[in-house]
Amino acid sequence: MTAFLDIHLRRNNRALLAWLVLGGLLVYFLYIHPRGASIGVLSAWANQGTALAFLAVGQTIVVLSRGVDLSIGPIMALTNCLASHLVNGGPLELAFGIAVVVLAGAVCGAINGIVVVFGKIQPIIATLATGAIYSGFALIVRPIPGGSIDEMLSELTTGDLAGILPSSIVMLLVLVCLFWLPVSKASLGRSIVAVGSSEQAAYMSGLKVDRAKIAAYTLSGIFASFSGLFIGFQTLSGDPSIGLPYTLNSIAAVVIGGTALTGGAGSILGSIAGALILRTIGSLIFFTGLPPLAQPLFEGTVLLVAVAFGATRLLRINNRLEVFR
Amino acid sequence: MRAVSFVTSFDGPTKAIALAMLLLLAVGGAYYHQFLSPMYLVQQLQNGAFLGIVAAGAMMVILLGHIDLSVPWTITASATLATALVGTNPEALVSERGLVAGLGAGLLIGLVNGLGVAYLRIPSMIWTLVTNNIILGVCVFYSGFYALRSQPSPVMSALGAGRLFGIPCAILVWFAVSAVIVFLLRRSRTGRYIYAVGTHEPAAYLSGIDTRKVIVFAFVVAGLCSAVAGMLLTGYAGQSYQRMGDPYLLPGIAAVVLGGSSLFGGRGSYSGTVAGVLLITLISSMLSIMQAPEAAKQICYGVVIILMVGLYSRATPAN
Repeated sequence: MTAFLDIHLRRNNRALLAWLVLGGLLVYFLYIHPRGASIGVLSAWANQGTALAFLAVGQTIVVLSRGVDLSIGPIMALTNCLASHLVNGGPLELAFGIAVVVLAGAVCGAINGIVVVFGKIQPIIATLATGAIYSGFALIVRPIPGGSIDEMLSELTTGDLAGILPSSIVMLLVLVCLFWLPVSKASLGRSIVAVGSSEQAAYMSGLKVDRAKIAAYTLSGIFASFSGLFIGFQTLSGDPSIGLPYTLNSIAAVVIGGTALTGGAGSILGSIAGALILRTIGSLIFFTGLPPLAQPLFEGTVLLVAVAFGATRLLRINNRLEVFR
Repeated sequence: MRAVSFVTSFDGPTKAIALAMLLLLAVGGAYYHQFLSPMYLVQQLQNGAFLGIVAAGAMMVILLGHIDLSVPWTITASATLATALVGTNPEALVSERGLVAGLGAGLLIGLVNGLGVAYLRIPSMIWTLVTNNIILGVCVFYSGFYALRSQPSPVMSALGAGRLFGIPCAILVWFAVSAVIVFLLRRSRTGRYIYAVGTHEPAAYLSGIDTRKVIVFAFVVAGLCSAVAGMLLTGYAGQSYQRMGDPYLLPGIAAVVLGGSSLFGGRGSYSGTVAGVLLITLISSMLSIMQAPEAAKQICYGVVIILMVGLYSRATPAN
């Protein structure tokens, strides 16, 4: 695990920076929290950011392949609504429900990939369109917020592990290790990054470009379904309209985490830090007594600073033509 | 003869959409006769005017291969600023400074967008997302401390809700904006530059075009268009309100893309954009009249975009 962390961080300074910023913010948050640093406070903090972190992971995989997934929020809403119908009852029913929800996310993601690859439609517009379709299905599954989700699972996933670690963060890391780590080590994961770096070069090298793209969108759909499930565990219900702000925030988290939107380079762990940073700022404002209305402005400013880092590239350019890359 | 050459001068997507709309009206009109009434069709043009003006601005930026995600809060902020200024002094002539300030706000936001993209070289998708968030932040912060009076100026009301010779003024404003855009794209040097930069920016730069100024110009036009839409919407609704710009971002981009413009830049015609706006407006209005649930509208909307855009990309050979 530490070797995995180490390699990832060394490869990506921006991701390391994001984790340092997150660490600073978290220490300050625990310091000013009226109840002090305790596992309860830490779990509550982690729960706030986990849903967005799942989305940020999925979004990063697509961005690595030089795409973008604007349907990630709608998939999350759709799977959340499905979960509010299916994730209930005995152990067998729970397992079946979760499997169906994750499968639904995977199918939505695969459809995105197929539309992008075989429809030859640019990712922005393709996922915008499929996103509208998934939102429609979410409204059909659950026209108004409601339903119920197993409470035992909820307590299990939003509490803490042996009083040491927030279980939501542990679950997030375990799922990333289960679903992304094997892929990233295999030729499929390499292909995804290669396609994002240069599609023509990847094609000429004999990589299966189409398969890599479809896989990236499918993984994004799977992580969106984890996010939908987790929101369900938090709220114990389904809501068809929760997706909207999450889509843009997932892109913001990716950018703060240091992944280039031009694809080919970036870090999953950085995006997780980016998502947690965004959420920590919200909690910080709540406890520092700053007017809550200042929160969007503050978040915008943080995003601005993160983005401005990207512009420092200009200072290192020798040839004017390099500007256009 | 003139008429024939006029029709054939439109490109593939425009014709495809015109055909789709005729089909929709014919089939719809057979079941609901009101679809064919002139009153209904004029109403659709009025509804489409707001989206049409937003799409005109979006197209300028998309032709460069960029995108403007700050549309929602450019509309809302310019409208909020305008109505707040009108509210402080609603006298007839003085209140028009609200209109001027609103348009100025749109211009300023467009300028900031353009400077960030052209000079700081930050990808437009991220930079305009950031400016959108910052404007949102400023608006929320500001409106939390001051109870702003929300009232359109007389000119805004007249343009947004009034009629001239029985034609809604919003349609006339859309015509005027369209005329300016068509002149810019087809008859001016800047228009040529926009297509050149959108096709291949390094080549445009090497042939002596100051590509950065072209990019800033396009973003300023887009910001202005959003502000004009904001002023008209305020006049139409009689007030400004939070999130009034939200329903215009994605449909605006969708209209441009439906009209055959490529998001990679360099390719697209304004007639296609107008056709895209009309198709989107018509579909959503017909579904409303048929009392289709929101879910069906969303699904229809997505399917139409995938079908039409998929069709175009199949028709044009890949490069």
